[in-house]
Amino acid sequence: MTGFLVRRIAIAVFVVFVVTLLVAWAVRLSGDPAVMLTGAGNVTEQDLINIRKGLGLDRPFSAQYAGFVGGMLTGDMGKSFMGGTPVAKLVGHALPLTLLLTFVSLALALLMSIPLGIHAAVHKGRWADQTIRIVSLVGLSFPNFWLALMLVLVFGVALRWLPPSGADGVSSLIMPAVTIAIILTATTVRLVRTTMLETLSAQYIMVARAKGLREVVVLYRHALRNCAIPLITYIGLQFGGLIGGVVVVERVFNWPGMGSLAFDAVASRDYPVLQACVTVLATMIVVINLLIDIGYGMIDPRMRSR
Amino acid sequence: MTRWRSLEFILGAALVAGVVILALATPWLFPDGGEAMDLSARLLRPFLSWAHPLGTDPIGRDLLARVVVGARVSLTVGVLSVAGAMLLGTIAGLFAGYYRGVWDIVLMRWADVQLALPFILVAITFTAILGADMGKLIGFMAITQWVQYARLVRASVMTLREREFVQAAEAIGLRGRAILFRHILPNATGPVIVLMTLNIANNILLESSLTFLGAGIDPMIPSWGGMLSDGRSYLQTAWWVGVFPGLAIMLTVLGLNLLGDWLRDALDPTSQASP
Repeated sequence: MTGFLVRRIAIAVFVVFVVTLLVAWAVRLSGDPAVMLTGAGNVTEQDLINIRKGLGLDRPFSAQYAGFVGGMLTGDMGKSFMGGTPVAKLVGHALPLTLLLTFVSLALALLMSIPLGIHAAVHKGRWADQTIRIVSLVGLSFPNFWLALMLVLVFGVALRWLPPSGADGVSSLIMPAVTIAIILTATTVRLVRTTMLETLSAQYIMVARAKGLREVVVLYRHALRNCAIPLITYIGLQFGGLIGGVVVVERVFNWPGMGSLAFDAVASRDYPVLQACVTVLATMIVVINLLIDIGYGMIDPRMRSR
Repeated sequence: MTRWRSLEFILGAALVAGVVILALATPWLFPDGGEAMDLSARLLRPFLSWAHPLGTDPIGRDLLARVVVGARVSLTVGVLSVAGAMLLGTIAGLFAGYYRGVWDIVLMRWADVQLALPFILVAITFTAILGADMGKLIGFMAITQWVQYARLVRASVMTLREREFVQAAEAIGLRGRAILFRHILPNATGPVIVLMTLNIANNILLESSLTFLGAGIDPMIPSWGGMLSDGRSYLQTAWWVGVFPGLAIMLTVLGLNLLGDWLRDALDPTSQASP
C-alpha cells in the first residue's frame, strides 16, 4: 500500500510540476505586460525597462519560475500587475465561488442522472429508455454557452424570473448551475444506464430479489453501490472537462469565479493572476483524481498493482 | 432496438450530409458569402419574408446566408483538427504499444499532464499569444488531442500483439514496421473511427465556445460562435440573432453524435447493450 501511495503521489506532483512549467512558459510568450500597462501611448524604452524591472520581469525565466513555485508553496502568489492586489486575495474570493458552482452543478447532475439512468436500465429497450437516450444525445449536443444564453433568454429576459448575470444570492446561482448540470447529466445518465445493466445481471441481485426485498432497496441499496466505482472514476476523468465548462459558463453569467478572473487576466496579460488560476485549477483536478485513486486502493486491493 | 438503430443512423447521416452539402454549396447558394449589408433592413424579424427567412442581423445581413456560410468554419476546424490529432496519435500509439519502453512511459505521463489541464483556459492563453487564427487553432487542437488517439491505439496494439496472427507474422520474420502497419493497424481502426466522429462533434463545440469568448477564430469570418457572440448583446431586443446559429451548432453536433453512437455499436460485434 505504501509503495502504491508513494507512486501515485509522485505522479501527481510530477504532473503539477509540468503543468506549472508549461503555464509559466506559455504565459511569458503571450506578450509584454509593460506595453499593456502603459497602453500604446508615448513612453520611452527606458520607461518600459523600469516597469519590467518593477514587475520582476527582467530576471531570467528560471528565476521567475522558481519565485513563482516558491511563492505558491508558501501561499504567496505575488501581486496582480493591475492595481497590485495580492493574487492570493483575488483567488481567495474567486475559488469558493467556482467550487460552489461546480459542486452544486455536480450534485444536481447526480440527482437527475442516477434515477433516470436506473429507470432506463430497468426498462431497457422500452419507450422510457429510448426517450432518455434521445434526450441525453440532444443534451450532449448543446454548446454550453448557447444553452446558457437560451436560459437567459427564457428565464431572464422573457419571464424575468431570474437575474441574467452576476452573483447576488441563490437566485444568481440557479441558471449557471442548471446549465452545467444539464450537460453533465446528459453524459452521466448514459454511464449509469450501462453500468446498471451490467450490475443488474449479477447473481447477488437475483439473490436480493429472491429474498423478497423491495425493488427500490434492490436498486438503490444493492445495485447502486456497485455502480459507484465506475461512476466515481468517470466523474474524476470528466473533472477537467467539467471545470472547463464551469469556466465558460461563468463568463456568460458574469459569475465572478476563477473563470472570469482568468479571462480578465488573459485580456490584460496579468501573468501572476493567470498563472495562479491555471495552477490552482489544474492542481484541483490532479488532487481529485489522486484522492479517487487512493480511495480505490483502500477499498479494492486489486487496484494497487496498477 | 434495431429499429431505433437504423433510425439513429438515418437521422445522423441526414443531418451530417445536409450540413456538408450546404457548406459545399455556399458559393452557388450565397455568392456574397453572407456579407451583403442592407442598413435599411436591420434586425428584421424571422419568418416574415422570403428575402430573409431567418431575419437579419444588427447590420442588415441575411441571417440564413450567414448561418449556412458559418458551417464551413465549423466543419473545416472540426475535420482538420481531428485528422491531425488522429495521424499524430495513431503513429505514436502504434510504436508505444508495440515497442513499449521509454517512449511508452513518456506518452502515458504526458497523457496524465493533459488530463489535468483545463483545456479552455490553456486554449485562451495560447490564442492570446498566437492571435485568433483558424490555422493556428486547428494546429493547437491537434497537438492537445493526439494523446487520446495514442492511448486508444496503444491499448489495442497491446492486446493485438499477443494474438496468433501477429505472432505468426513475427515468426516468418516480418519487420516490426510491416507488422504494425499491415497487420496491427487495420485491426485497430474501429474504435479510432468512433472517437474521430465524436471528437469532430466535440471540436465544433470547442471552436464555437472559443470564438464566442473572443479567443477562437477571427471575428470578421462568419462563424457560428462569432455570430452568437454578437447575438448575446441583442438577446433583449432581437432573440433570433442569438438563436439560429446556436441551433445550427446543435443540429450538426447532434448528427455527428448520432452517427458516432451508431458506429460504436455497428463496429463492435460484442456489444448488445448500447452504452
